[in-house]
Amino acid sequence: MGKEASSISNGRAELLPVLKRELSKNSCLSKEVMSDVAEQTGLPLNEVYGVATFYTYLPVSKTGKNVIRVCRSVPCDLKDAQAVISSIQKELGITPGEATADGKFSFELVNCIGACDQAPAMMINDQLYGNLTPERIAEILRSY
Amino acid sequence: MAEKRIVLSNCGAYEPQNMETYLARGGFESFVKARDKMKPEAIVDEVKKSGLTGRGGAGFNCGLKWELARNARAKKKYLICNADEGEVGTFKDKYILSKDPFGLIEGMCIAGLAIGAQEAYIYLRAEYHFLNDTLCYAITQVKEKGFLKHMDIHVFEGAGAYICGEESALMDSIEGKRGESRYKPPYPPTRGLWNMPTIINNVETLMNVPHIIANGAAWFSAMGTVRSKGTKVFSVSGDVKKPGVYELEMGSSLKELVVDLAGADDIKAVQIGGSTGSILPASLLDTPLSYETYLGSGAVVVFNTGRDIIDIVGNNMHFLSEESCGKCTPCREGTEVMMEIFGRLRRVEGAQGDINALEDLAKTMAVASLCGLGQAAAVPVLDSLKYFRDEYINRIDQSLFLRSYLGGEMSRSREGIR
Repeated sequence: MGKEASSISNGRAELLPVLKRELSKNSCLSKEVMSDVAEQTGLPLNEVYGVATFYTYLPVSKTGKNVIRVCRSVPCDLKDAQAVISSIQKELGITPGEATADGKFSFELVNCIGACDQAPAMMINDQLYGNLTPERIAEILRSY
Repeated sequence: MAEKRIVLSNCGAYEPQNMETYLARGGFESFVKARDKMKPEAIVDEVKKSGLTGRGGAGFNCGLKWELARNARAKKKYLICNADEGEVGTFKDKYILSKDPFGLIEGMCIAGLAIGAQEAYIYLRAEYHFLNDTLCYAITQVKEKGFLKHMDIHVFEGAGAYICGEESALMDSIEGKRGESRYKPPYPPTRGLWNMPTIINNVETLMNVPHIIANGAAWFSAMGTVRSKGTKVFSVSGDVKKPGVYELEMGSSLKELVVDLAGADDIKAVQIGGSTGSILPASLLDTPLSYETYLGSGAVVVFNTGRDIIDIVGNNMHFLSEESCGKCTPCREGTEVMMEIFGRLRRVEGAQGDINALEDLAKTMAVASLCGLGQAAAVPVLDSLKYFRDEYINRIDQSLFLRSYLGGEMSRSREGIR
Protein backbone atom coordinates (compact mmCIF):
# COMPACT_ATOMS: atom_id res chain seq x y z
CA MET A 1 0.00 0.00 0.00
CA GLY A 2 2.84 2.34 0.78
CA LYS A 3 3.90 2.44 -2.85
CA GLU A 4 0.42 3.20 -4.09
CA ALA A 5 0.11 6.19 -1.81
CA SER A 6 2.57 8.22 -3.82
CA SER A 7 0.64 7.63 -7.03
CA ILE A 8 -2.52 9.22 -5.66
CA SER A 9 -2.25 12.90 -6.46
CA ASN A 10 -5.83 14.01 -5.91
CA GLY A 11 -6.99 11.80 -3.05
CA ARG A 12 -10.60 12.83 -3.14
CA ALA A 13 -11.06 12.13 -6.84
CA GLU A 14 -9.41 8.75 -6.52
CA LEU A 15 -11.54 7.66 -3.59
CA LEU A 16 -14.11 5.57 -5.43
CA PRO A 17 -11.60 3.77 -7.70
CA VAL A 18 -9.34 3.11 -4.68
CA LEU A 19 -12.23 1.72 -2.64
CA LYS A 20 -13.17 -0.55 -5.54
CA ARG A 21 -9.61 -1.74 -5.88
CA GLU A 22 -9.42 -2.52 -2.18
CA LEU A 23 -12.71 -4.35 -2.39
CA SER A 24 -11.34 -6.62 -5.11
CA LYS A 25 -8.51 -7.59 -2.75
CA ASN A 26 -10.58 -7.91 0.43
CA SER A 27 -13.93 -9.47 1.19
CA CYS A 28 -15.31 -6.11 2.35
CA LEU A 29 -14.26 -2.60 3.29
CA SER A 30 -13.44 -3.34 6.92
CA LYS A 31 -12.41 -0.65 9.35
CA GLU A 32 -8.76 -1.59 8.79
CA VAL A 33 -9.11 -1.30 5.01
CA MET A 34 -10.89 2.05 5.32
CA SER A 35 -8.18 3.34 7.67
CA ASP A 36 -5.56 2.41 5.09
CA VAL A 37 -7.53 4.13 2.34
CA ALA A 38 -7.90 7.22 4.53
CA GLU A 39 -4.15 7.31 4.94
CA GLN A 40 -3.50 6.78 1.24
CA THR A 41 -5.88 9.49 0.14
CA GLY A 42 -5.23 11.91 2.98
CA LEU A 43 -8.91 12.02 3.88
CA PRO A 44 -10.41 11.66 7.35
CA LEU A 45 -11.65 8.15 8.13
CA ASN A 46 -15.21 9.39 8.63
CA GLU A 47 -15.24 10.75 5.08
CA VAL A 48 -14.11 7.41 3.69
CA TYR A 49 -16.74 5.64 5.79
CA GLY A 50 -19.40 8.14 4.70
CA VAL A 51 -18.68 7.54 1.04
CA ALA A 52 -18.39 3.76 1.34
CA THR A 53 -21.70 3.41 3.17
CA PHE A 54 -23.48 5.56 0.59
CA TYR A 55 -23.04 3.05 -2.22
CA THR A 56 -24.70 -0.36 -2.46
CA TYR A 57 -21.71 -1.99 -4.11
CA LEU A 58 -19.20 -0.96 -1.43
CA PRO A 59 -20.02 -3.30 1.46
CA VAL A 60 -18.50 -2.40 4.83
CA SER A 61 -19.40 -5.67 6.49
CA LYS A 62 -18.33 -9.12 5.44
CA THR A 63 -20.04 -10.62 2.41
CA GLY A 64 -19.83 -14.12 1.01
CA LYS A 65 -17.30 -15.04 -1.64
CA ASN A 66 -20.12 -14.81 -4.18
CA VAL A 67 -22.73 -12.10 -3.76
CA ILE A 68 -26.21 -12.91 -5.04
CA ARG A 69 -28.27 -9.81 -5.81
CA VAL A 70 -31.89 -10.41 -6.72
CA CYS A 71 -33.82 -7.52 -8.23
CA ARG A 72 -37.07 -6.71 -6.42
CA SER A 73 -38.16 -3.61 -8.35
CA VAL A 74 -41.53 -3.46 -10.12
CA PRO A 75 -40.78 -5.21 -13.46
CA CYS A 76 -39.12 -8.17 -11.71
CA ASP A 77 -41.74 -8.18 -8.95
CA LEU A 78 -44.45 -8.53 -11.62
CA LYS A 79 -42.66 -11.61 -12.97
CA ASP A 80 -42.63 -13.31 -9.59
CA ALA A 81 -39.22 -12.39 -8.23
CA GLN A 82 -40.65 -13.65 -4.94
CA ALA A 83 -40.47 -17.22 -6.24
CA VAL A 84 -36.80 -16.72 -7.06
CA ILE A 85 -36.15 -15.28 -3.61
CA SER A 86 -37.94 -18.18 -1.91
CA SER A 87 -36.05 -20.67 -4.01
CA ILE A 88 -32.66 -19.18 -3.05
CA GLN A 89 -33.71 -19.13 0.59
CA LYS A 90 -34.65 -22.79 0.38
CA GLU A 91 -31.51 -23.75 -1.49
CA LEU A 92 -29.04 -21.93 0.75
CA GLY A 93 -30.94 -21.79 4.01
CA ILE A 94 -30.37 -18.05 4.42
CA THR A 95 -32.60 -15.00 4.16
CA PRO A 96 -31.75 -11.72 2.39
CA GLY A 97 -29.00 -9.91 4.25
CA GLU A 98 -27.32 -13.12 5.40
CA ALA A 99 -24.33 -15.19 4.29
CA THR A 100 -23.93 -18.97 4.27
CA ALA A 101 -21.93 -20.46 7.13
CA ASP A 102 -19.16 -21.59 4.76
CA GLY A 103 -18.86 -18.03 3.46
CA LYS A 104 -19.50 -19.11 -0.10
CA PHE A 105 -22.60 -17.02 -0.75
CA SER A 106 -24.27 -13.93 0.57
CA PHE A 107 -27.72 -12.89 -0.52
CA GLU A 108 -29.21 -9.44 -1.00
CA LEU A 109 -32.29 -7.87 -2.51
CA VAL A 110 -31.43 -4.92 -4.72
CA ASN A 111 -33.12 -2.23 -6.76
CA CYS A 112 -33.53 -2.32 -10.55
CA ILE A 113 -30.49 -3.82 -12.27
CA GLY A 114 -31.63 -2.88 -15.78
CA ALA A 115 -32.64 -6.34 -16.94
CA CYS A 116 -36.39 -5.73 -16.96
CA ASP A 117 -36.82 -7.38 -20.37
CA GLN A 118 -35.43 -10.58 -18.84
CA ALA A 119 -37.38 -10.38 -15.58
CA PRO A 120 -37.07 -11.88 -13.06
CA ALA A 121 -33.35 -11.29 -12.94
CA MET A 122 -30.44 -11.45 -10.54
CA MET A 123 -26.72 -10.91 -10.53
CA ILE A 124 -24.11 -13.14 -8.95
CA ASN A 125 -21.00 -11.00 -8.66
CA ASP A 126 -20.84 -9.36 -12.11
CA GLN A 127 -22.72 -12.08 -13.94
CA LEU A 128 -26.34 -11.41 -14.92
CA TYR A 129 -28.97 -14.15 -14.92
CA GLY A 130 -32.34 -13.39 -16.53
CA ASN A 131 -35.64 -15.13 -17.20
CA LEU A 132 -35.18 -17.04 -13.96
CA THR A 133 -37.37 -19.86 -12.78
CA PRO A 134 -37.19 -21.49 -9.34
CA GLU A 135 -36.01 -24.67 -11.09
CA ARG A 136 -32.97 -22.96 -12.58
CA ILE A 137 -31.79 -21.56 -9.26
CA ALA A 138 -30.32 -24.79 -7.90
CA GLU A 139 -28.47 -25.42 -11.13
CA ILE A 140 -27.03 -21.89 -11.23
CA LEU A 141 -25.94 -22.02 -7.58
CA ARG A 142 -24.24 -25.37 -8.12
CA SER A 143 -22.02 -23.83 -10.80
CA TYR A 144 -20.30 -21.71 -8.11
CA MET B 1 -46.85 3.04 -37.32
CA ALA B 2 -43.72 0.93 -37.49
CA GLU B 3 -40.51 1.51 -35.60
CA LYS B 4 -38.26 4.28 -36.85
CA ARG B 5 -34.68 3.34 -36.14
CA ILE B 6 -32.24 6.25 -36.12
CA VAL B 7 -30.52 6.05 -32.74
CA LEU B 8 -30.61 2.26 -33.02
CA SER B 9 -29.79 2.16 -36.73
CA ASN B 10 -26.30 0.78 -36.14
CA CYS B 11 -27.20 -1.61 -33.34
CA GLY B 12 -26.50 -5.12 -34.52
CA ALA B 13 -25.21 -3.85 -37.87
CA TYR B 14 -21.50 -4.01 -37.03
CA GLU B 15 -19.10 -5.67 -34.60
CA PRO B 16 -18.88 -3.65 -31.37
CA GLN B 17 -15.29 -4.86 -30.88
CA ASN B 18 -14.10 -3.82 -34.32
CA MET B 19 -13.91 -0.17 -35.33
CA GLU B 20 -13.26 -1.02 -39.00
CA THR B 21 -16.76 -2.48 -39.27
CA TYR B 22 -18.20 0.77 -37.90
CA LEU B 23 -16.12 2.84 -40.31
CA ALA B 24 -17.33 0.65 -43.19
CA ARG B 25 -20.87 1.81 -42.38
CA GLY B 26 -19.88 5.46 -42.65
CA GLY B 27 -18.87 5.76 -39.02
CA PHE B 28 -17.00 8.92 -37.98
CA GLU B 29 -17.91 10.69 -41.24
CA SER B 30 -20.02 13.07 -39.16
CA PHE B 31 -17.11 13.67 -36.80
CA VAL B 32 -14.73 14.40 -39.70
CA LYS B 33 -17.32 16.77 -41.19
CA ALA B 34 -17.74 18.56 -37.86
CA ARG B 35 -13.99 18.75 -37.27
CA ASP B 36 -12.88 19.84 -40.74
CA LYS B 37 -15.80 21.77 -42.16
CA MET B 38 -17.63 23.29 -39.20
CA LYS B 39 -16.71 25.80 -36.52
CA PRO B 40 -17.67 24.77 -32.97
CA GLU B 41 -20.33 27.49 -32.96
CA ALA B 42 -21.82 26.01 -36.12
CA ILE B 43 -22.05 22.56 -34.51
CA VAL B 44 -23.79 24.04 -31.48
CA ASP B 45 -26.11 25.97 -33.78
CA GLU B 46 -27.02 22.91 -35.81
CA VAL B 47 -27.87 20.89 -32.71
CA LYS B 48 -29.81 23.83 -31.29
CA LYS B 49 -31.84 24.25 -34.48
CA SER B 50 -32.53 20.52 -34.65
CA GLY B 51 -34.54 20.79 -31.44
CA LEU B 52 -32.77 17.78 -29.89
CA THR B 53 -33.72 17.56 -26.21
CA GLY B 54 -32.18 15.62 -23.33
CA ARG B 55 -33.22 11.99 -23.49
CA GLY B 56 -32.50 11.15 -19.86
CA GLY B 57 -35.90 12.49 -18.93
CA ALA B 58 -35.58 16.21 -18.36
CA GLY B 59 -36.03 17.14 -22.01
CA PHE B 60 -33.96 20.33 -21.96
CA ASN B 61 -32.80 21.69 -25.34
CA CYS B 62 -29.39 20.12 -25.90
CA GLY B 63 -27.92 22.81 -28.16
CA LEU B 64 -28.97 25.54 -25.76
CA LYS B 65 -27.15 23.76 -22.94
CA TRP B 66 -24.08 23.32 -25.13
CA GLU B 67 -24.12 27.02 -25.98
CA LEU B 68 -23.94 27.95 -22.29
CA ALA B 69 -20.85 25.77 -21.84
CA ARG B 70 -19.35 26.95 -25.13
CA ASN B 71 -19.66 30.59 -24.03
CA ALA B 72 -18.41 29.97 -20.50
CA ARG B 73 -14.84 31.09 -19.96
CA ALA B 74 -12.71 28.60 -18.10
CA LYS B 75 -9.33 26.90 -18.15
CA LYS B 76 -10.97 23.55 -18.55
CA LYS B 77 -14.33 22.15 -19.66
CA TYR B 78 -15.79 18.71 -19.17
CA LEU B 79 -18.19 16.49 -21.04
CA ILE B 80 -19.96 13.70 -19.20
CA CYS B 81 -21.98 10.94 -20.77
CA ASN B 82 -24.58 9.80 -18.26
CA ALA B 83 -24.69 6.01 -18.53
CA ASP B 84 -25.91 5.55 -14.95
CA GLU B 85 -29.14 4.06 -16.19
CA GLY B 86 -30.80 3.32 -12.85
CA GLU B 87 -34.40 4.23 -13.55
CA VAL B 88 -36.74 1.34 -12.88
CA GLY B 89 -37.76 -0.29 -16.14
CA THR B 90 -35.05 1.34 -18.24
CA PHE B 91 -32.50 -0.73 -20.15
CA LYS B 92 -32.21 1.07 -23.49
CA ASP B 93 -28.75 2.52 -22.77
CA LYS B 94 -27.42 -0.92 -21.89
CA TYR B 95 -28.67 -2.13 -25.27
CA ILE B 96 -27.05 0.82 -27.06
CA LEU B 97 -23.72 0.60 -25.20
CA SER B 98 -23.39 -3.11 -25.89
CA LYS B 99 -24.29 -2.86 -29.59
CA ASP B 100 -23.07 0.55 -30.72
CA PRO B 101 -20.23 1.85 -28.53
CA PHE B 102 -18.60 3.65 -31.45
CA GLY B 103 -21.78 5.59 -32.20
CA LEU B 104 -21.72 6.94 -28.66
CA ILE B 105 -18.03 7.81 -28.82
CA GLU B 106 -18.51 9.59 -32.14
CA GLY B 107 -21.31 11.61 -30.55
CA MET B 108 -19.03 12.45 -27.64
CA CYS B 109 -16.18 13.44 -29.98
CA ILE B 110 -18.50 15.89 -31.74
CA ALA B 111 -19.92 17.22 -28.47
CA GLY B 112 -16.36 17.73 -27.23
CA LEU B 113 -15.51 19.84 -30.29
CA ALA B 114 -18.71 21.86 -29.90
CA ILE B 115 -18.27 22.84 -26.28
CA GLY B 116 -14.46 22.83 -26.22
CA ALA B 117 -14.07 20.07 -23.63
CA GLN B 118 -10.62 18.64 -23.01
CA GLU B 119 -11.75 15.81 -20.82
CA ALA B 120 -14.75 13.52 -20.87
CA TYR B 121 -16.22 10.81 -18.72
CA ILE B 122 -18.62 8.00 -19.36
CA TYR B 123 -20.30 7.44 -15.98
CA LEU B 124 -21.24 3.78 -16.13
CA ARG B 125 -23.48 2.24 -13.49
CA ALA B 126 -21.83 -0.54 -11.47
CA GLU B 127 -24.43 -3.05 -12.64
CA TYR B 128 -23.12 -2.55 -16.19
CA HIS B 129 -19.54 -3.40 -15.25
CA PHE B 130 -19.49 -6.03 -18.01
CA LEU B 131 -19.63 -3.18 -20.58
CA ASN B 132 -16.51 -1.49 -19.23
CA ASP B 133 -14.11 -3.49 -21.42
CA THR B 134 -16.16 -2.93 -24.57
CA LEU B 135 -16.15 0.82 -23.98
CA CYS B 136 -12.47 1.06 -23.06
CA TYR B 137 -11.48 -1.02 -26.06
CA ALA B 138 -13.60 1.16 -28.34
CA ILE B 139 -12.02 4.33 -26.90
CA THR B 140 -8.53 2.88 -27.50
CA GLN B 141 -9.35 2.14 -31.12
CA VAL B 142 -10.79 5.61 -31.72
CA LYS B 143 -7.69 7.13 -30.17
CA GLU B 144 -5.42 5.07 -32.41
CA LYS B 145 -7.35 6.29 -35.44
CA GLY B 146 -6.49 9.85 -34.37
CA PHE B 147 -10.06 10.99 -33.71
CA LEU B 148 -9.46 11.81 -30.07
CA LYS B 149 -6.70 14.39 -30.29
CA HIS B 150 -8.92 17.10 -28.80
CA MET B 151 -10.19 15.22 -25.75
CA ASP B 152 -9.54 12.31 -23.39
CA ILE B 153 -12.40 9.97 -22.55
CA HIS B 154 -12.39 7.99 -19.29
CA VAL B 155 -14.87 5.37 -18.19
CA PHE B 156 -15.87 6.04 -14.56
CA GLU B 157 -17.78 3.30 -12.86
CA GLY B 158 -20.42 4.05 -10.26
CA ALA B 159 -20.89 1.94 -7.16
CA GLY B 160 -24.62 1.36 -6.96
CA ALA B 161 -26.70 4.47 -6.35
CA TYR B 162 -29.78 5.47 -8.36
CA ILE B 163 -29.42 9.12 -7.40
CA CYS B 164 -26.09 9.32 -9.25
CA GLY B 165 -28.11 9.46 -12.46
CA GLU B 166 -29.12 12.94 -11.28
CA GLU B 167 -26.52 15.19 -12.87
CA SER B 168 -25.27 17.06 -9.82
CA ALA B 169 -25.09 13.89 -7.71
CA LEU B 170 -23.24 12.24 -10.59
CA MET B 171 -20.59 14.96 -10.52
CA ASP B 172 -20.20 14.63 -6.77
CA SER B 173 -19.70 10.92 -7.27
CA ILE B 174 -16.90 11.49 -9.81
CA GLU B 175 -15.36 13.93 -7.34
CA GLY B 176 -15.17 11.08 -4.84
CA LYS B 177 -18.04 12.15 -2.63
CA ARG B 178 -21.36 10.70 -1.57
CA GLY B 179 -23.62 11.13 -4.57
CA GLU B 180 -25.87 13.85 -3.22
CA SER B 181 -27.74 16.42 -5.28
CA ARG B 182 -26.36 19.94 -5.28
CA TYR B 183 -28.21 23.19 -4.77
CA LYS B 184 -28.85 24.91 -8.09
CA PRO B 185 -27.89 27.35 -9.45
CA PRO B 186 -25.08 27.29 -10.43
CA TYR B 187 -25.98 24.90 -13.20
CA PRO B 188 -23.37 22.50 -14.62
CA PRO B 189 -22.82 24.34 -17.94
CA THR B 190 -21.38 27.25 -15.98
CA ARG B 191 -20.06 25.48 -12.88
CA GLY B 192 -20.09 21.71 -12.82
CA LEU B 193 -17.42 19.10 -12.27
CA TRP B 194 -14.69 20.57 -10.05
CA ASN B 195 -16.46 23.90 -10.56
CA MET B 196 -15.66 23.92 -14.26
CA PRO B 197 -18.21 24.26 -17.09
CA THR B 198 -19.61 20.79 -17.67
CA ILE B 199 -22.08 19.27 -20.08
CA ILE B 200 -23.86 16.12 -19.01
CA ASN B 201 -25.78 14.27 -21.69
CA ASN B 202 -27.61 10.97 -21.64
CA VAL B 203 -26.30 8.16 -23.85
CA GLU B 204 -29.27 8.42 -26.19
CA THR B 205 -28.93 12.21 -26.57
CA LEU B 206 -25.32 11.86 -27.70
CA MET B 207 -26.27 9.02 -30.06
CA ASN B 208 -28.47 11.47 -32.00
CA VAL B 209 -25.65 13.95 -32.60
CA PRO B 210 -23.80 12.20 -35.49
CA HIS B 211 -27.12 11.77 -37.32
CA ILE B 212 -27.95 15.46 -36.92
CA ILE B 213 -24.52 16.51 -38.21
CA ALA B 214 -24.81 14.09 -41.16
CA ASN B 215 -28.37 14.91 -42.21
CA GLY B 216 -28.90 18.43 -40.91
CA ALA B 217 -31.13 20.12 -38.37
CA ALA B 218 -34.06 20.41 -40.79
CA TRP B 219 -34.13 16.66 -41.38
CA PHE B 220 -34.21 16.02 -37.65
CA SER B 221 -36.76 18.66 -36.73
CA ALA B 222 -39.12 17.39 -39.44
CA MET B 223 -39.73 14.38 -37.18
CA GLY B 224 -41.80 14.48 -34.02
CA THR B 225 -44.07 17.06 -32.43
CA VAL B 226 -43.85 20.80 -31.81
CA ARG B 227 -41.57 20.56 -28.79
CA SER B 228 -40.25 16.99 -29.10
CA LYS B 229 -38.19 16.38 -32.20
CA GLY B 230 -36.75 13.18 -33.58
CA THR B 231 -37.35 9.76 -32.17
CA LYS B 232 -37.36 8.18 -28.71
CA VAL B 233 -35.99 4.84 -27.61
CA PHE B 234 -38.32 3.01 -25.22
CA SER B 235 -37.67 0.16 -22.82
CA VAL B 236 -40.85 -1.90 -22.54
CA SER B 237 -41.36 -4.47 -19.79
CA GLY B 238 -44.02 -5.90 -17.51
CA ASP B 239 -47.12 -7.66 -18.82
CA VAL B 240 -46.26 -7.72 -22.52
CA LYS B 241 -45.51 -10.58 -24.90
CA LYS B 242 -42.38 -8.98 -26.37
CA PRO B 243 -40.48 -6.94 -23.80
CA GLY B 244 -37.53 -5.07 -25.25
CA VAL B 245 -36.14 -1.88 -26.76
CA TYR B 246 -38.18 -0.02 -29.38
CA GLU B 247 -37.54 3.24 -31.19
CA LEU B 248 -40.50 5.32 -32.33
CA GLU B 249 -40.99 8.79 -33.76
CA MET B 250 -41.89 11.30 -31.04
CA GLY B 251 -45.64 11.69 -30.78
CA SER B 252 -46.43 8.04 -31.53
CA SER B 253 -49.21 6.73 -29.35
CA LEU B 254 -48.78 4.61 -26.26
CA LYS B 255 -51.01 2.02 -27.93
CA GLU B 256 -48.67 1.63 -30.91
CA LEU B 257 -45.83 0.92 -28.53
CA VAL B 258 -47.36 -1.40 -25.96
CA VAL B 259 -50.09 -3.12 -28.02
CA ASP B 260 -48.91 -3.12 -31.65
CA LEU B 261 -45.19 -3.61 -30.99
CA ALA B 262 -44.85 -5.20 -27.56
CA GLY B 263 -48.02 -7.26 -27.78
CA ALA B 264 -49.81 -6.30 -24.58
CA ASP B 265 -53.44 -7.18 -24.00
CA ASP B 266 -55.78 -7.07 -21.04
CA ILE B 267 -54.14 -3.82 -19.92
CA LYS B 268 -55.09 -2.17 -16.65
CA ALA B 269 -52.49 0.57 -16.55
CA VAL B 270 -49.15 1.67 -17.94
CA GLN B 271 -46.38 3.50 -16.11
CA ILE B 272 -44.27 5.80 -18.24
CA GLY B 273 -40.92 7.06 -17.01
CA GLY B 274 -39.95 4.62 -14.29
CA SER B 275 -40.33 4.85 -10.52
CA THR B 276 -41.36 8.51 -10.62
CA GLY B 277 -43.31 8.13 -13.85
CA SER B 278 -46.96 8.78 -14.56
CA ILE B 279 -49.46 5.96 -14.35
CA LEU B 280 -52.14 5.98 -17.03
CA PRO B 281 -55.23 3.76 -17.18
CA ALA B 282 -55.99 1.67 -20.27
CA SER B 283 -58.61 4.23 -21.36
CA LEU B 284 -55.79 6.66 -22.16
CA LEU B 285 -53.80 4.38 -24.48
CA ASP B 286 -54.23 6.81 -27.37
CA THR B 287 -52.05 9.35 -25.57
CA PRO B 288 -49.14 10.46 -27.76
CA LEU B 289 -45.69 9.98 -26.25
CA SER B 290 -43.70 13.20 -26.21
CA TYR B 291 -42.21 15.71 -23.77
CA GLU B 292 -45.49 17.63 -23.99
CA THR B 293 -47.31 14.65 -22.50
CA TYR B 294 -45.46 11.73 -20.87
CA LEU B 295 -42.01 10.41 -21.59
CA GLY B 296 -39.28 10.60 -18.95
CA SER B 297 -36.47 8.18 -19.69
CA GLY B 298 -38.73 6.13 -21.94
CA ALA B 299 -39.32 3.34 -19.44
CA VAL B 300 -42.72 1.80 -20.10
CA VAL B 301 -44.03 -0.84 -17.71
CA VAL B 302 -47.36 -2.48 -18.52
CA PHE B 303 -49.74 -3.86 -15.86
CA ASN B 304 -52.54 -6.29 -16.70
CA THR B 305 -55.96 -6.31 -15.08
CA GLY B 306 -54.81 -8.79 -12.44
CA ARG B 307 -52.37 -6.31 -10.91
CA ASP B 308 -52.81 -4.40 -7.68
CA ILE B 309 -52.04 -0.71 -8.19
CA ILE B 310 -51.35 -0.10 -4.50
CA ASP B 311 -48.74 -2.86 -4.56
CA ILE B 312 -47.04 -1.32 -7.58
CA VAL B 313 -46.99 2.22 -6.24
CA GLY B 314 -45.86 0.89 -2.87
CA ASN B 315 -42.98 -0.97 -4.47
CA ASN B 316 -41.97 2.24 -6.28
CA MET B 317 -42.06 4.18 -3.04
CA HIS B 318 -39.90 1.59 -1.33
CA PHE B 319 -37.38 2.02 -4.15
CA LEU B 320 -37.43 5.82 -3.86
CA SER B 321 -37.11 5.89 -0.09
CA GLU B 322 -34.06 3.64 -0.33
CA GLU B 323 -32.51 5.61 -3.15
CA SER B 324 -33.20 9.10 -1.80
CA CYS B 325 -29.77 10.57 -1.08
CA GLY B 326 -31.05 12.00 2.20
CA LYS B 327 -29.72 15.50 1.77
CA CYS B 328 -33.05 17.35 1.76
CA THR B 329 -35.77 16.74 4.30
CA PRO B 330 -38.91 16.70 2.10
CA CYS B 331 -37.55 13.85 0.01
CA ARG B 332 -35.78 11.88 2.75
CA GLU B 333 -38.69 12.01 5.21
CA GLY B 334 -41.48 12.25 2.65
CA THR B 335 -40.57 9.05 0.81
CA GLU B 336 -40.13 7.32 4.17
CA VAL B 337 -43.55 8.35 5.46
CA MET B 338 -45.20 7.44 2.16
CA MET B 339 -43.53 4.06 2.23
CA GLU B 340 -44.87 3.53 5.73
CA ILE B 341 -48.41 4.40 4.57
CA PHE B 342 -48.15 2.09 1.55
CA GLY B 343 -46.74 -0.64 3.75
CA ARG B 344 -49.87 -0.44 5.90
CA LEU B 345 -52.18 -0.28 2.89
CA ARG B 346 -50.54 -3.37 1.41
CA ARG B 347 -51.04 -5.22 4.70
CA VAL B 348 -54.70 -4.06 4.83
CA GLU B 349 -53.93 -1.87 7.80
CA GLY B 350 -54.94 1.42 6.23
CA ALA B 351 -56.38 4.27 8.24
CA GLN B 352 -58.96 6.97 7.67
CA GLY B 353 -57.02 9.98 6.46
CA ASP B 354 -54.31 8.07 4.59
CA ILE B 355 -55.41 9.49 1.24
CA ASN B 356 -55.35 13.04 2.60
CA ALA B 357 -51.96 12.46 4.14
CA LEU B 358 -50.57 11.18 0.82
CA GLU B 359 -51.98 14.14 -1.07
CA ASP B 360 -50.72 16.70 1.42
CA LEU B 361 -47.27 15.20 1.53
CA ALA B 362 -47.15 14.95 -2.26
CA LYS B 363 -47.66 18.70 -2.60
CA THR B 364 -44.91 19.53 -0.13
CA MET B 365 -42.44 17.13 -1.67
CA ALA B 366 -43.12 18.45 -5.18
CA VAL B 367 -42.39 22.08 -4.27
CA ALA B 368 -39.77 21.70 -1.55
CA SER B 369 -37.47 18.87 -2.68
CA LEU B 370 -33.98 19.65 -3.91
CA CYS B 371 -33.91 17.53 -7.06
CA GLY B 372 -36.07 15.54 -9.42
CA LEU B 373 -36.22 12.47 -7.21
CA GLY B 374 -38.18 14.12 -4.42
CA GLN B 375 -40.03 16.50 -6.73
CA ALA B 376 -41.43 13.66 -8.80
CA ALA B 377 -41.57 10.91 -6.17
CA ALA B 378 -45.28 11.41 -5.63
CA VAL B 379 -46.26 11.52 -9.32
CA PRO B 380 -47.32 7.84 -9.40
CA VAL B 381 -49.10 8.30 -6.07
CA LEU B 382 -51.15 11.24 -7.35
CA ASP B 383 -51.82 9.54 -10.69
CA SER B 384 -53.00 6.35 -9.05
CA LEU B 385 -55.19 8.38 -6.70
CA LYS B 386 -56.64 10.13 -9.73
CA TYR B 387 -57.36 7.07 -11.85
CA PHE B 388 -57.69 4.28 -9.28
CA ARG B 389 -59.00 6.10 -6.23
CA ASP B 390 -61.61 3.41 -5.62
CA GLU B 391 -58.88 0.91 -4.89
CA TYR B 392 -57.49 3.10 -2.14
CA ILE B 393 -60.95 3.75 -0.69
CA ASN B 394 -61.76 0.04 -0.78
CA ARG B 395 -58.49 -0.87 0.86
CA ILE B 396 -59.06 1.60 3.67
CA ASP B 397 -62.65 0.39 4.10
CA GLN B 398 -61.43 -3.20 4.27
CA SER B 399 -58.82 -2.16 6.81
CA LEU B 400 -61.36 -0.42 9.01
CA PHE B 401 -63.74 -3.35 8.80
CA LEU B 402 -61.05 -5.86 9.64
CA ARG B 403 -59.79 -3.80 12.52
CA SER B 404 -63.24 -3.52 14.10
CA TYR B 405 -64.02 -7.16 13.36
CA LEU B 406 -60.79 -8.65 14.58
CA GLY B 407 -59.87 -6.14 17.23
CA GLY B 408 -56.60 -6.99 18.87
CA GLU B 409 -56.23 -10.15 16.80
CA MET B 410 -55.61 -7.98 13.73
CA SER B 411 -51.89 -8.14 13.62
CA ARG B 412 -51.78 -11.89 14.15
CA SER B 413 -54.37 -12.69 11.48
CA ARG B 414 -53.08 -10.43 8.73
CA GLU B 415 -50.94 -13.09 7.07
CA GLY B 416 -54.03 -15.16 6.40
CA ILE B 417 -55.84 -12.18 4.92
CA ARG B 418 -53.10 -11.33 2.46
